[in-house]
Amino acid sequence: MTTRTPARSRRSAQAPEPEPVLVPEAAAADGYGAAEELPLIQLLTPEGERRSHPDYPLDVDAEQARALYRDLVLVRRVDAEGTALQRQGELGLWASLLGQEAAQVGSGRAMRPGDFAFPTYREHGVAWTRGVPPINLLGMFRGVNNGGWDPNEKNFMLYTIVIGSQTLHAVGYAMGIQRDGSDDAVIAYFGDGASSQGDVNESFVFAASYNAPVVFFCQNNQWAISEPTERQSRVPLFRRASGFGFPGVRVDGNDVFACLAVTRAALDRARTGNGPTLIEAYTYRMGAHTTSDDPTRYRGNDEVELWRARDPLARLRTYLVREGQADDEFFAEVEAEADALAAEIRAGCLSLPDPHPLSMFDYAYTGPHAQVEAEREELAAYLDSFTDEEAAR
Amino acid sequence: MSPAATTASDAPAAPVTLAKALNKGLRRAMEQDPKVLLMGEDIGKLGGVFRVTDGLQKDFGDARVIDTPLAEAGIIGTAIGLALRGYRPVCEIQFDGFVFPAYDQITTQVAKLYARSLGKMRVPIVIRIPYGGGIGAVEHHSESPEALFAHTAGLRVVACSNPVDGYWMIQQAIESDDPVIFFEPKRRYWDKAQLDESAGPAYGFDQAVVVRPGTDLTLAAHGPMVRTCLDVARAAEEEGRSLEVIDLRTISPLDVNTVVESVNRTGRLVVVHEAPVFFGLGAELAAQVTDRCFYRLEAPVGRVGGFHTPYPPSRIEETYLPDLDRVLDAVDRAFDH
Repeated sequence: MTTRTPARSRRSAQAPEPEPVLVPEAAAADGYGAAEELPLIQLLTPEGERRSHPDYPLDVDAEQARALYRDLVLVRRVDAEGTALQRQGELGLWASLLGQEAAQVGSGRAMRPGDFAFPTYREHGVAWTRGVPPINLLGMFRGVNNGGWDPNEKNFMLYTIVIGSQTLHAVGYAMGIQRDGSDDAVIAYFGDGASSQGDVNESFVFAASYNAPVVFFCQNNQWAISEPTERQSRVPLFRRASGFGFPGVRVDGNDVFACLAVTRAALDRARTGNGPTLIEAYTYRMGAHTTSDDPTRYRGNDEVELWRARDPLARLRTYLVREGQADDEFFAEVEAEADALAAEIRAGCLSLPDPHPLSMFDYAYTGPHAQVEAEREELAAYLDSFTDEEAAR
Repeated sequence: MSPAATTASDAPAAPVTLAKALNKGLRRAMEQDPKVLLMGEDIGKLGGVFRVTDGLQKDFGDARVIDTPLAEAGIIGTAIGLALRGYRPVCEIQFDGFVFPAYDQITTQVAKLYARSLGKMRVPIVIRIPYGGGIGAVEHHSESPEALFAHTAGLRVVACSNPVDGYWMIQQAIESDDPVIFFEPKRRYWDKAQLDESAGPAYGFDQAVVVRPGTDLTLAAHGPMVRTCLDVARAAEEEGRSLEVIDLRTISPLDVNTVVESVNRTGRLVVVHEAPVFFGLGAELAAQVTDRCFYRLEAPVGRVGGFHTPYPPSRIEETYLPDLDRVLDAVDRAFDH
């Protein structure tokens, strides 16, 4: 085998990784330990206090911290604009990421340009970190296309709506990386609901079997539409990994520092031939599943308020202010930038042209297909008959 | 496709089986394009349960001939990622009835990604499926699900019927930038024919072929039923009837023109396939031919195929499968009109 180097194979044959280290002090109230059964890796508490972790050291200077804050704010604004555009009838649907900004920005910013992300339909924040223009995300929600971007342009796969399918694509891509002898790595995004899917479990099997350079990034946002995570799993999701033979870790998904550090470590582990990692980003879907959903039917407000206190943006802002790393001028600038971005998205959305009806035939096949050609001609003639009749009047 | 660099020899090569011809076709595709990978269950060391990939892992290595975990959705799903990375995976589904765990990946992902990306992402995956009955197998090993795939836009669906087509069509499938569902008639794996690897393919990938000319009635078939229909034509000749036999070869796209041209000469059409008649390829051909040959038809289009039942136990499968007598019966009815 030419691409799985002997060094990699030897490493993969070594004893399995040790169980993830859970920090005892993180089990304190601000480490969610009081509310949930297990502590998580946390580098920034909900109160905006910095924590250290022996396995995940992270040096973040003021400029980097400000950049992450800017990402979080802009991503939240992109999302809010998506919801607003749907409410105003400009989008058919929107899947809000509200509350999951840190998980997405932290993991997204851990990637190198050559790495590749395989998203669900809610990864607007990851798209942002990959440089996918937000307007590109709106096409499928407006109904003018079913995706439409080039996955290879920003190394960001099309959104995948069938739950969990993309995790297999991610592993296959990682298998390609192995064959190319590259040190790129892949992130497969999915959620707590998807963890029940056969495809996700098969992707774990394939990744483990081939020691593929892939990071499984599960945003456990506690809800799969109306079903809580307990309906999907009797064990904490990150512990699923051990049964497949690779490490799993639980990270505070509302802590952008921790998500960045843990994902970066997992990507480095993958790119140096040490195989897959499952990261469970423990977070919360603050909004509805989509704009079509009504979460008041299945969950209480107390829970939402509990998580509001763990807001990913607020804690970083508190940290920046306390550390003297950002002033009012900075925050005002970011707000102004967010306003401009929202206006740009709105204008771009409204100007997205409807596709020509005959364009549905354009990309069914890469070349001629007798039946497609015949149907296109027939429909074109039918549509033209109206034009002729109208012209004749 | 350039002629193979075969060793010069005056003696004609020994006839090869369909399984061996496919093996040779895969080998040649792998030699010509380093991005071609084979994936599947037991295809490496074992060479596949039908030995179609025999010896290829030994010669091309386990990075290019990949024994996969036993998970069909996993095979097709990872093939998509490999395709995105620039590879051309050729996936083997061990038996027809085992494709359904992968059906979701095939119909919702493989078939649609070119369109979803507005032409920016190609999915040149070949999915090889040994299919059809007549080998006395246990259930899920004898089915003909081609219509299920032909009904999904974005997929090309083809079926080879003989060693020469098998050799060239598998290479054409691998060269195709569209995903191809490649049906191999498992009961014909051991049929033999002379194969000239230097000749180049005689036919295009989206072409049906008249394999036996005739004047009185057209038989349209694909895969395992082509040989059956040739037998029927020989039997009918003894009764003084001249039957034309068309090997459809491709189901999506469907080369209706070749059938229409034939029916315009013969005035009669019988479509034969192992797959159930109900909602099958015969219905589509009947509709299209009726539409285009309405005034030339001397009789309604006949259909012979499997029944709307689960595939029966093998002891009675010969009743389910179209055979010489059932096709001749349909031919008789076409002449009774």
